[in-house]
Amino acid sequence: MFWQVTKDLLEGFGTTLELFGFTLLFALPLGLIISFGSMSRFTPVKWLVKTFVWIIRGTPLMLQMIIIYYGPGLVGTYASQIENPGIIMSWLATWSVFDRFVAVLVAFAINYACYFSEIYRGGIEGIPVGQKEAGQVLGLTKTQIFFKITLMQVIKRIIPPMSNEIITLVKDTSLARIIAVYEIIFMGQNYIKLEGIIWPLFYTGAFYLVFNGLLTIVFGKIEKKLSYYRG
Amino acid sequence: MAILEIKNIHKNFGNTKVLKGIDITLEKGNVLVIIGSSGSGKTTLLRCLNFLETPDKGTISVNGKVLIDGEDKATLSDKIIRKNRLHFGLVFQQFNLFPQYSVKDNLTLAPRLALKSEIKEYKKAHGASAAKEEKARREKEIQQNTLRLLEPVGLSEKIDSYPCELSGGQQQRVAIARALALEPDILCFDEPTSALDPELVGEVLKVLKNLAESGKTMVVVTHEMRFAREVADHVVFMSDGVIAEEGTPEEVFDNPKNERTKQFLQSII
Ligand SMILES: Nc1ncnc2c1ncn2[C@@H]1O[C@H](COP(=O)(O)OP(=O)(O)OP(=O)(O)O)[C@@H](O)[C@H]1O
Ligand SMILES: [Mg+2]
Repeated sequence: MFWQVTKDLLEGFGTTLELFGFTLLFALPLGLIISFGSMSRFTPVKWLVKTFVWIIRGTPLMLQMIIIYYGPGLVGTYASQIENPGIIMSWLATWSVFDRFVAVLVAFAINYACYFSEIYRGGIEGIPVGQKEAGQVLGLTKTQIFFKITLMQVIKRIIPPMSNEIITLVKDTSLARIIAVYEIIFMGQNYIKLEGIIWPLFYTGAFYLVFNGLLTIVFGKIEKKLSYYRG
Repeated sequence: MAILEIKNIHKNFGNTKVLKGIDITLEKGNVLVIIGSSGSGKTTLLRCLNFLETPDKGTISVNGKVLIDGEDKATLSDKIIRKNRLHFGLVFQQFNLFPQYSVKDNLTLAPRLALKSEIKEYKKAHGASAAKEEKARREKEIQQNTLRLLEPVGLSEKIDSYPCELSGGQQQRVAIARALALEPDILCFDEPTSALDPELVGEVLKVLKNLAESGKTMVVVTHEMRFAREVADHVVFMSDGVIAEEGTPEEVFDNPKNERTKQFLQSII
Protein backbone atom coordinates (compact mmCIF):
# COMPACT_ATOMS: atom_id res chain seq x y z
CA MET A 1 0.00 0.00 0.00
CA PHE A 2 2.68 2.52 1.08
CA TRP A 3 4.68 1.91 -2.06
CA GLN A 4 1.63 2.19 -4.27
CA VAL A 5 0.78 5.50 -2.66
CA THR A 6 4.36 6.69 -2.96
CA LYS A 7 4.39 5.78 -6.61
CA ASP A 8 1.13 7.64 -7.31
CA LEU A 9 2.22 10.68 -5.39
CA LEU A 10 5.56 10.71 -7.19
CA GLU A 11 3.69 10.75 -10.44
CA GLY A 12 1.64 13.72 -9.23
CA PHE A 13 4.78 15.39 -7.98
CA GLY A 14 6.22 15.01 -11.50
CA THR A 15 3.39 17.21 -12.76
CA THR A 16 4.00 19.62 -9.90
CA LEU A 17 7.66 19.89 -10.87
CA GLU A 18 6.80 20.32 -14.53
CA LEU A 19 4.51 23.19 -13.70
CA PHE A 20 7.16 24.64 -11.40
CA GLY A 21 9.97 24.33 -13.97
CA PHE A 22 8.06 25.68 -16.95
CA THR A 23 6.67 28.56 -14.91
CA LEU A 24 10.21 29.60 -13.97
CA LEU A 25 11.42 29.14 -17.52
CA PHE A 26 8.85 31.59 -18.87
CA ALA A 27 8.33 33.89 -15.89
CA LEU A 28 12.00 34.72 -15.21
CA PRO A 29 12.67 36.37 -18.60
CA LEU A 30 9.13 37.69 -19.00
CA GLY A 31 9.44 39.37 -15.62
CA LEU A 32 12.57 41.18 -16.79
CA ILE A 33 10.76 42.51 -19.84
CA ILE A 34 7.84 43.64 -17.67
CA SER A 35 10.22 45.34 -15.25
CA PHE A 36 11.82 47.27 -18.13
CA GLY A 37 8.31 48.27 -19.19
CA SER A 38 7.46 49.50 -15.72
CA MET A 39 10.64 51.60 -15.66
CA SER A 40 10.11 52.91 -19.20
CA ARG A 41 10.68 56.60 -19.74
CA PHE A 42 7.79 56.50 -22.20
CA THR A 43 4.90 57.25 -19.82
CA PRO A 44 2.03 55.44 -21.64
CA VAL A 45 4.01 52.18 -21.68
CA LYS A 46 4.95 52.64 -18.06
CA TRP A 47 1.36 53.15 -16.92
CA LEU A 48 -0.03 50.38 -19.09
CA VAL A 49 2.48 47.92 -17.64
CA LYS A 50 1.98 49.18 -14.10
CA THR A 51 -1.80 48.79 -14.42
CA PHE A 52 -1.36 45.26 -15.73
CA VAL A 53 0.93 44.35 -12.85
CA TRP A 54 -1.51 45.91 -10.40
CA ILE A 55 -4.39 43.80 -11.76
CA ILE A 56 -2.42 40.57 -11.71
CA ARG A 57 -1.02 41.15 -8.24
CA GLY A 58 -4.33 42.41 -6.94
CA THR A 59 -6.43 39.37 -7.85
CA PRO A 60 -6.11 35.75 -6.74
CA LEU A 61 -4.03 33.45 -8.90
CA MET A 62 -6.85 30.91 -8.64
CA LEU A 63 -9.27 33.31 -10.28
CA GLN A 64 -6.79 34.09 -13.05
CA MET A 65 -6.38 30.37 -13.70
CA ILE A 66 -10.12 29.88 -13.97
CA ILE A 67 -10.52 32.85 -16.31
CA ILE A 68 -7.74 31.68 -18.58
CA TYR A 69 -9.08 28.14 -18.62
CA TYR A 70 -12.78 28.88 -19.19
CA GLY A 71 -12.52 32.33 -20.81
CA PRO A 72 -11.55 31.37 -24.36
CA GLY A 73 -14.22 28.65 -24.47
CA LEU A 74 -16.91 31.12 -23.40
CA VAL A 75 -15.80 33.63 -26.02
CA GLY A 76 -15.82 30.87 -28.66
CA THR A 77 -19.31 29.67 -27.77
CA TYR A 78 -20.65 33.20 -27.69
CA ALA A 79 -19.07 34.14 -31.03
CA SER A 80 -20.30 31.01 -32.79
CA GLN A 81 -23.93 31.83 -31.88
CA ILE A 82 -23.79 35.11 -33.80
CA GLU A 83 -25.46 35.09 -37.20
CA ASN A 84 -23.47 36.49 -40.12
CA PRO A 85 -20.24 36.72 -38.17
CA GLY A 86 -17.56 39.07 -39.52
CA ILE A 87 -13.90 38.06 -39.87
CA ILE A 88 -13.15 38.77 -36.24
CA MET A 89 -16.20 36.97 -34.91
CA SER A 90 -15.54 33.90 -37.10
CA TRP A 91 -12.05 33.84 -35.76
CA LEU A 92 -13.24 34.20 -32.19
CA ALA A 93 -15.71 31.38 -32.83
CA THR A 94 -12.76 29.02 -33.32
CA TRP A 95 -11.62 29.71 -29.76
CA SER A 96 -12.03 26.82 -27.40
CA VAL A 97 -10.69 25.85 -24.02
CA PHE A 98 -6.96 25.41 -23.63
CA ASP A 99 -5.43 22.18 -22.61
CA ARG A 100 -5.73 22.16 -18.80
CA PHE A 101 -2.02 22.14 -18.18
CA VAL A 102 -1.35 24.89 -20.73
CA ALA A 103 -4.04 27.09 -19.18
CA VAL A 104 -2.54 26.66 -15.72
CA LEU A 105 0.95 27.29 -17.04
CA VAL A 106 -0.10 30.50 -18.82
CA ALA A 107 -1.75 31.77 -15.64
CA PHE A 108 1.24 30.88 -13.48
CA ALA A 109 3.80 32.33 -15.91
CA ILE A 110 1.99 35.66 -16.17
CA ASN A 111 1.27 35.85 -12.46
CA TYR A 112 4.82 35.06 -11.38
CA ALA A 113 6.34 37.25 -14.10
CA CYS A 114 4.53 40.18 -12.49
CA TYR A 115 5.85 39.34 -9.03
CA PHE A 116 9.37 38.82 -10.39
CA SER A 117 9.18 42.10 -12.31
CA GLU A 118 8.64 43.98 -9.07
CA ILE A 119 11.62 42.24 -7.52
CA TYR A 120 13.79 43.03 -10.52
CA ARG A 121 12.65 46.63 -10.49
CA GLY A 122 13.48 47.00 -6.83
CA GLY A 123 16.88 45.43 -7.47
CA ILE A 124 17.70 47.63 -10.44
CA GLU A 125 16.43 50.86 -8.88
CA GLY A 126 18.30 50.08 -5.67
CA ILE A 127 21.69 50.30 -7.38
CA PRO A 128 23.16 53.75 -6.63
CA VAL A 129 23.28 56.00 -9.72
CA GLY A 130 26.93 56.56 -8.96
CA GLN A 131 27.67 53.05 -10.25
CA LYS A 132 26.23 53.85 -13.64
CA GLU A 133 27.91 57.24 -13.73
CA ALA A 134 31.27 55.76 -12.82
CA GLY A 135 30.85 53.44 -15.81
CA GLN A 136 29.84 56.33 -18.03
CA VAL A 137 32.83 58.50 -17.23
CA LEU A 138 35.07 55.50 -17.94
CA GLY A 139 33.63 55.45 -21.46
CA LEU A 140 31.50 52.31 -21.16
CA THR A 141 28.44 51.86 -23.36
CA LYS A 142 24.96 51.40 -21.92
CA THR A 143 25.07 47.68 -22.67
CA GLN A 144 28.47 47.30 -21.05
CA ILE A 145 27.26 49.16 -17.98
CA PHE A 146 24.25 46.86 -17.68
CA PHE A 147 26.11 43.60 -18.12
CA LYS A 148 29.46 44.41 -16.49
CA ILE A 149 28.37 46.63 -13.63
CA THR A 150 24.65 46.59 -12.84
CA LEU A 151 23.59 43.01 -13.50
CA MET A 152 25.82 41.25 -11.01
CA GLN A 153 24.86 43.71 -8.25
CA VAL A 154 21.19 43.26 -9.08
CA ILE A 155 21.49 39.48 -8.86
CA LYS A 156 23.06 39.70 -5.45
CA ARG A 157 20.30 41.98 -4.21
CA ILE A 158 17.41 39.96 -5.55
CA ILE A 159 18.49 36.48 -4.49
CA PRO A 160 16.81 36.62 -1.05
CA PRO A 161 13.40 37.92 -2.27
CA MET A 162 13.58 35.65 -5.30
CA SER A 163 14.18 32.57 -3.20
CA ASN A 164 11.14 33.45 -1.11
CA GLU A 165 8.99 33.88 -4.19
CA ILE A 166 10.23 30.67 -5.77
CA ILE A 167 9.51 28.65 -2.65
CA THR A 168 6.02 30.14 -2.63
CA LEU A 169 5.68 29.03 -6.24
CA VAL A 170 6.40 25.42 -5.27
CA LYS A 171 3.47 25.53 -2.86
CA ASP A 172 1.21 27.54 -5.19
CA THR A 173 1.35 24.79 -7.81
CA SER A 174 -1.19 22.94 -5.65
CA LEU A 175 -3.83 25.43 -6.90
CA ALA A 176 -3.73 23.65 -10.26
CA ARG A 177 -5.96 20.88 -8.89
CA ILE A 178 -8.91 23.33 -9.11
CA ILE A 179 -9.12 22.69 -12.82
CA ALA A 180 -8.18 19.06 -12.50
CA VAL A 181 -4.49 19.09 -13.32
CA TYR A 182 -3.26 15.93 -11.65
CA GLU A 183 -0.60 17.39 -9.44
CA ILE A 184 0.41 15.80 -6.16
CA ILE A 185 -2.37 17.12 -3.88
CA PHE A 186 -4.97 16.02 -6.40
CA MET A 187 -3.47 12.53 -6.29
CA GLY A 188 -3.51 12.54 -2.50
CA GLN A 189 -7.11 13.69 -2.37
CA ASN A 190 -8.07 10.94 -4.75
CA TYR A 191 -7.33 8.41 -2.03
CA ILE A 192 -9.99 9.98 0.16
CA LYS A 193 -12.56 9.63 -2.56
CA LEU A 194 -11.59 6.19 -3.81
CA GLU A 195 -10.25 4.37 -0.75
CA GLY A 196 -11.48 6.49 2.12
CA ILE A 197 -8.01 7.02 3.57
CA ILE A 198 -6.57 10.41 4.36
CA TRP A 199 -2.90 9.78 5.23
CA PRO A 200 -1.74 9.94 1.57
CA LEU A 201 -2.87 13.58 1.55
CA PHE A 202 -0.83 14.28 4.67
CA TYR A 203 2.07 12.40 3.14
CA THR A 204 2.20 14.88 0.20
CA GLY A 205 3.59 17.45 2.64
CA ALA A 206 6.80 15.46 2.86
CA PHE A 207 7.42 15.90 -0.86
CA TYR A 208 7.05 19.66 -0.63
CA LEU A 209 9.26 19.78 2.42
CA VAL A 210 12.08 17.82 0.83
CA PHE A 211 11.97 19.79 -2.39
CA ASN A 212 11.85 23.17 -0.68
CA GLY A 213 14.65 22.00 1.58
CA LEU A 214 16.77 21.33 -1.49
CA LEU A 215 15.90 24.74 -2.95
CA THR A 216 16.82 26.45 0.31
CA ILE A 217 20.20 24.76 0.24
CA VAL A 218 20.79 25.80 -3.37
CA PHE A 219 19.87 29.42 -2.70
CA GLY A 220 22.02 29.40 0.41
CA LYS A 221 24.94 28.24 -1.72
CA ILE A 222 24.38 30.98 -4.28
CA GLU A 223 24.10 33.61 -1.57
CA LYS A 224 27.30 32.40 -0.01
CA LYS A 225 29.04 32.46 -3.35
CA LEU A 226 28.05 36.09 -3.82
CA SER A 227 28.98 37.08 -0.29
CA TYR A 228 32.64 37.63 -1.18
CA TYR A 229 31.79 41.31 -1.42
CA ARG A 230 29.46 43.77 0.25
CA GLY A 231 27.57 46.59 -1.36
CA MET B 1 47.27 77.37 -26.15
CA ALA B 2 45.17 76.55 -23.14
CA ILE B 3 44.40 72.87 -22.68
CA LEU B 4 40.89 73.58 -21.43
CA GLU B 5 38.58 76.36 -22.46
CA ILE B 6 35.10 76.67 -20.98
CA LYS B 7 33.00 79.37 -22.58
CA ASN B 8 29.73 80.80 -21.39
CA ILE B 9 28.32 77.58 -19.95
CA HIS B 10 24.66 77.71 -18.97
CA LYS B 11 22.72 74.91 -17.34
CA ASN B 12 19.13 74.86 -16.13
CA PHE B 13 17.21 72.15 -14.33
CA GLY B 14 13.65 72.93 -15.25
CA ASN B 15 13.17 76.50 -14.13
CA THR B 16 16.18 76.67 -11.84
CA LYS B 17 19.16 78.30 -13.47
CA VAL B 18 22.13 76.51 -11.95
CA LEU B 19 24.98 77.74 -14.16
CA LYS B 20 24.63 81.23 -15.59
CA GLY B 21 27.55 81.73 -17.90
CA ILE B 22 30.80 80.21 -16.70
CA ASP B 23 34.11 81.02 -18.43
CA ILE B 24 37.32 79.29 -17.46
CA THR B 25 40.67 78.73 -19.14
CA LEU B 26 43.25 76.32 -17.83
CA GLU B 27 46.83 75.81 -18.97
CA LYS B 28 48.36 72.37 -19.32
CA GLY B 29 49.87 71.10 -16.11
CA ASN B 30 48.02 73.61 -13.97
CA VAL B 31 45.68 72.97 -11.09
CA LEU B 32 42.37 74.78 -10.89
CA VAL B 33 40.63 74.78 -7.54
CA ILE B 34 36.94 75.63 -7.41
CA ILE B 35 35.45 76.79 -4.13
CA GLY B 36 32.00 78.05 -3.29
CA SER B 37 29.11 77.52 -0.95
CA SER B 38 26.68 74.64 -1.17
CA GLY B 39 24.37 74.83 -4.15
CA SER B 40 26.52 77.28 -6.09
CA GLY B 41 26.84 74.85 -9.01
CA LYS B 42 30.32 73.35 -8.55
CA THR B 43 29.23 69.74 -9.00
CA THR B 44 27.05 70.65 -11.94
CA LEU B 45 30.01 72.28 -13.66
CA LEU B 46 32.21 69.19 -13.16
CA ARG B 47 29.38 66.99 -14.41
CA CYS B 48 29.17 69.11 -17.54
CA LEU B 49 32.91 68.67 -18.07
CA ASN B 50 32.46 64.92 -17.83
CA PHE B 51 29.38 64.87 -20.04
CA LEU B 52 27.13 63.60 -17.27
CA GLU B 53 25.06 66.71 -17.91
CA THR B 54 24.78 68.54 -21.19
CA PRO B 55 24.97 72.31 -20.96
CA ASP B 56 22.07 74.24 -22.44
CA LYS B 57 24.44 76.79 -23.90
CA GLY B 58 28.18 77.32 -24.18
CA THR B 59 31.20 75.33 -25.31
CA ILE B 60 33.89 73.16 -23.79
CA SER B 61 37.11 72.81 -25.76
CA VAL B 62 40.22 70.75 -25.15
CA ASN B 63 43.41 71.70 -26.97
CA GLY B 64 41.44 74.10 -29.13
CA LYS B 65 38.93 71.51 -30.30
CA VAL B 66 35.29 72.05 -29.37
CA LEU B 67 34.11 68.86 -27.68
CA ILE B 68 30.69 70.00 -26.67
CA ASP B 69 28.52 72.83 -27.77
CA GLY B 70 25.22 73.11 -25.93
CA GLU B 71 23.54 74.43 -29.04
CA ASP B 72 25.03 71.98 -31.56
CA LYS B 73 23.20 68.66 -31.49
CA ALA B 74 25.99 66.96 -33.46
CA THR B 75 28.29 67.19 -30.43
CA LEU B 76 25.65 65.66 -28.15
CA SER B 77 25.18 62.22 -29.72
CA ASP B 78 25.94 59.19 -27.54
CA LYS B 79 28.78 58.00 -29.70
CA ILE B 80 30.58 61.34 -29.97
CA ILE B 81 30.17 61.88 -26.24
CA ARG B 82 31.64 58.52 -25.44
CA LYS B 83 34.70 59.27 -27.52
CA ASN B 84 35.18 62.83 -26.29
CA ARG B 85 34.60 62.26 -22.60
CA LEU B 86 37.82 60.27 -22.31
CA HIS B 87 39.69 63.59 -22.41
CA PHE B 88 38.36 63.94 -18.86
CA GLY B 89 38.43 61.76 -15.80
CA LEU B 90 36.25 62.18 -12.72
CA VAL B 91 36.81 61.17 -9.12
CA PHE B 92 33.55 61.18 -7.18
CA GLN B 93 32.90 62.25 -3.63
CA GLN B 94 31.49 58.76 -2.91
CA PHE B 95 34.33 56.88 -4.70
CA ASN B 96 31.84 54.73 -6.69
CA LEU B 97 34.14 51.74 -6.97
CA PHE B 98 32.52 48.63 -8.40
CA PRO B 99 31.94 46.48 -5.30
CA GLN B 100 31.91 43.12 -7.10
CA TYR B 101 35.35 43.63 -8.61
CA SER B 102 38.75 43.45 -6.99
CA VAL B 103 40.98 46.53 -7.01
CA LYS B 104 42.75 45.12 -10.04
CA ASP B 105 39.52 44.53 -11.96
CA ASN B 106 38.23 47.97 -11.05
CA LEU B 107 41.33 49.40 -12.70
CA THR B 108 41.37 47.14 -15.73
CA LEU B 109 37.65 46.90 -16.58
CA ALA B 110 37.44 49.98 -18.78
CA PRO B 111 40.83 49.56 -20.50
CA ARG B 112 40.04 45.91 -21.27
CA LEU B 113 36.64 46.78 -22.73
CA ALA B 114 38.22 49.52 -24.82
CA LEU B 115 40.87 47.07 -25.99
CA LYS B 116 38.20 44.61 -27.04
CA SER B 117 36.65 47.01 -29.51
CA GLU B 118 40.04 48.21 -30.73
CA ILE B 119 41.09 44.64 -31.45
CA LYS B 120 37.95 44.17 -33.53
CA GLU B 121 39.13 47.01 -35.76
CA TYR B 122 42.68 45.70 -35.75
CA LYS B 123 41.45 42.29 -36.86
CA LYS B 124 39.74 43.79 -39.88
CA ALA B 125 42.95 45.56 -40.88
CA HIS B 126 45.60 42.99 -40.03
CA GLY B 127 43.94 39.57 -39.84
CA ALA B 128 43.09 37.21 -37.02
CA SER B 129 46.50 35.92 -35.97
CA ALA B 130 48.10 39.34 -35.85
CA ALA B 131 45.13 40.56 -33.83
CA LYS B 132 45.58 37.74 -31.36
CA GLU B 133 49.23 38.64 -30.81
CA GLU B 134 48.40 42.30 -30.48
CA LYS B 135 45.71 41.47 -27.97
CA ALA B 136 48.04 39.39 -25.81
CA ARG B 137 50.66 42.13 -25.89
CA ARG B 138 48.20 44.87 -24.98
CA GLU B 139 46.60 42.83 -22.24
CA LYS B 140 49.98 42.34 -20.64
CA GLU B 141 50.50 46.08 -20.91
CA ILE B 142 47.24 46.71 -19.08
CA GLN B 143 48.28 44.34 -16.28
CA GLN B 144 51.66 46.02 -15.90
CA ASN B 145 50.02 49.40 -16.01
CA THR B 146 47.85 48.39 -13.05
CA LEU B 147 50.92 47.88 -10.89
CA ARG B 148 52.37 51.14 -12.10
CA LEU B 149 49.16 52.96 -11.14
CA LEU B 150 48.80 51.46 -7.69
CA GLU B 151 52.31 52.22 -6.56
CA PRO B 152 52.05 56.02 -6.38
CA VAL B 153 48.79 55.75 -4.44
CA GLY B 154 50.49 53.33 -2.05
CA LEU B 155 48.18 50.39 -2.62
CA SER B 156 50.31 47.82 -4.43
CA GLU B 157 49.57 45.25 -1.74
CA LYS B 158 45.82 45.72 -2.08
CA ILE B 159 45.67 44.70 -5.72
CA ASP B 160 43.53 41.62 -4.99
CA SER B 161 41.36 43.17 -2.27
CA TYR B 162 37.72 44.08 -2.73
CA PRO B 163 36.46 47.63 -2.12
CA CYS B 164 34.53 46.54 0.99
CA GLU B 165 37.82 45.45 2.55
CA LEU B 166 39.35 48.92 2.21
CA SER B 167 39.04 52.08 4.27
CA GLY B 168 37.42 55.13 2.71
CA GLY B 169 40.79 56.74 2.10
CA GLN B 170 42.07 53.60 0.40
CA GLN B 171 38.94 53.35 -1.71
CA GLN B 172 39.32 56.92 -2.85
CA ARG B 173 42.95 56.28 -3.77
CA VAL B 174 41.87 53.29 -5.84
CA ALA B 175 39.26 55.49 -7.52
CA ILE B 176 42.02 57.97 -8.41
CA ALA B 177 44.15 55.19 -9.89
CA ARG B 178 41.14 53.93 -11.82
CA ALA B 179 40.53 57.36 -13.31
CA LEU B 180 44.21 57.63 -14.24
CA ALA B 181 44.19 54.25 -15.98
CA LEU B 182 42.56 55.82 -19.03
CA GLU B 183 45.14 58.63 -19.10
CA PRO B 184 42.73 61.55 -19.25
CA ASP B 185 44.11 64.96 -20.26
CA ILE B 186 42.28 66.58 -17.39
CA LEU B 187 41.36 64.91 -14.13
CA CYS B 188 38.43 66.31 -12.16
CA PHE B 189 37.76 65.80 -8.45
CA ASP B 190 34.43 66.54 -6.79
CA GLU B 191 35.09 67.05 -3.08
CA PRO B 192 37.30 63.96 -3.00
CA THR B 193 37.75 64.08 0.77
CA SER B 194 34.29 65.15 1.94
CA ALA B 195 33.06 61.62 2.56
CA LEU B 196 36.15 60.64 4.55
CA ASP B 197 36.81 60.44 8.26
CA PRO B 198 39.05 63.38 9.23
CA GLU B 199 42.07 61.17 9.88
CA LEU B 200 41.92 59.77 6.33
CA VAL B 201 41.78 63.10 4.52
CA GLY B 202 45.53 63.61 4.60
CA GLU B 203 46.48 60.47 2.70
CA VAL B 204 44.18 61.37 -0.19
CA LEU B 205 45.30 64.99 -0.33
CA LYS B 206 48.89 63.79 -0.44
CA VAL B 207 48.13 61.75 -3.55
CA LEU B 208 46.50 64.80 -5.15
CA LYS B 209 49.50 66.92 -4.28
CA ASN B 210 51.89 64.43 -5.83
CA LEU B 211 49.77 64.30 -8.95
CA ALA B 212 49.83 68.08 -9.19
CA GLU B 213 53.60 68.12 -8.78
CA SER B 214 54.00 65.51 -11.47
CA GLY B 215 52.36 67.92 -13.90
CA LYS B 216 48.86 66.52 -14.17
CA THR B 217 46.21 69.00 -15.27
CA MET B 218 43.52 68.97 -12.62
CA VAL B 219 40.23 70.61 -11.69
CA VAL B 220 39.49 70.19 -7.99
CA VAL B 221 36.34 71.14 -6.13
CA THR B 222 37.21 71.19 -2.45
CA HIS B 223 36.54 72.73 0.92
CA GLU B 224 40.11 72.04 2.08
CA MET B 225 41.41 75.60 2.03
CA ARG B 226 44.96 74.87 3.16
CA PHE B 227 45.31 72.29 0.44
CA ALA B 228 43.82 74.70 -2.10
CA ARG B 229 46.30 77.40 -1.16
CA GLU B 230 49.26 75.04 -1.47
CA VAL B 231 48.35 73.29 -4.69
CA ALA B 232 46.24 75.63 -6.78
CA ASP B 233 47.66 77.65 -9.65
CA HIS B 234 44.31 79.29 -10.05
CA VAL B 235 41.34 79.59 -7.72
CA VAL B 236 37.75 80.18 -8.77
CA PHE B 237 35.08 81.20 -6.29
CA MET B 238 31.61 80.29 -7.50
CA SER B 239 28.48 81.83 -6.13
CA ASP B 240 24.95 81.30 -7.32
CA GLY B 241 25.92 79.92 -10.72
CA VAL B 242 28.49 82.52 -11.67
CA ILE B 243 32.17 83.08 -11.01
CA ALA B 244 32.16 85.79 -8.38
CA GLU B 245 35.92 86.03 -8.08
CA GLU B 246 39.05 84.34 -9.40
CA GLY B 247 42.79 84.66 -9.30
CA THR B 248 45.91 83.19 -7.75
CA PRO B 249 45.48 81.63 -4.30
CA GLU B 250 47.08 84.69 -2.75
CA GLU B 251 44.68 87.03 -4.51
CA VAL B 252 41.56 85.11 -3.61
CA PHE B 253 42.46 83.95 -0.11
CA ASP B 254 44.46 86.94 1.16
CA ASN B 255 42.85 89.83 -0.65
CA PRO B 256 39.34 88.91 -1.63
CA LYS B 257 37.57 91.79 -3.33
CA ASN B 258 34.07 90.43 -3.55
CA GLU B 259 31.86 90.67 -0.45
CA ARG B 260 30.56 87.15 -0.94
CA THR B 261 34.06 85.71 -1.19
CA LYS B 262 34.93 87.41 2.08
CA GLN B 263 31.84 86.05 3.76
CA PHE B 264 32.44 82.57 2.43
CA LEU B 265 36.07 82.50 3.52
CA GLN B 266 35.11 83.70 6.97
CA SER B 267 32.34 81.14 7.34
CA ILE B 268 34.67 78.32 6.45
CA ILE B 269 37.44 79.15 8.95
N1 LIG C 1 19.54 66.77 -11.36
C1 LIG C 1 19.12 67.92 -10.79
N2 LIG C 1 17.83 68.29 -10.90
C2 LIG C 1 17.39 69.45 -10.35
N3 LIG C 1 18.17 70.30 -9.66
C3 LIG C 1 19.47 69.99 -9.51
C4 LIG C 1 20.02 68.78 -10.08
N4 LIG C 1 21.33 68.74 -9.78
C5 LIG C 1 21.59 69.86 -9.07
N5 LIG C 1 20.49 70.62 -8.92
C6 LIG C 1 20.41 71.92 -8.20
O1 LIG C 1 21.42 72.74 -8.71
C7 LIG C 1 22.01 73.54 -7.70
C8 LIG C 1 23.52 73.38 -7.71
O2 LIG C 1 23.85 72.05 -7.33
P1 LIG C 1 25.34 71.53 -7.29
O3 LIG C 1 25.28 70.14 -6.84
O4 LIG C 1 26.01 71.80 -8.58
O5 LIG C 1 25.97 72.45 -6.16
P2 LIG C 1 27.37 72.33 -5.45
O6 LIG C 1 28.04 73.66 -5.61
O7 LIG C 1 28.11 71.15 -5.93
O8 LIG C 1 26.96 72.17 -3.93
P3 LIG C 1 27.64 71.28 -2.77
O9 LIG C 1 28.75 72.08 -2.20
O10 LIG C 1 26.52 71.11 -1.80
O11 LIG C 1 28.08 69.99 -3.38
C9 LIG C 1 21.35 73.11 -6.40
O12 LIG C 1 20.37 74.07 -6.07
C10 LIG C 1 20.70 71.80 -6.73
O13 LIG C 1 19.54 71.62 -5.99
MG1 LIG D 1 28.74 69.33 -5.05
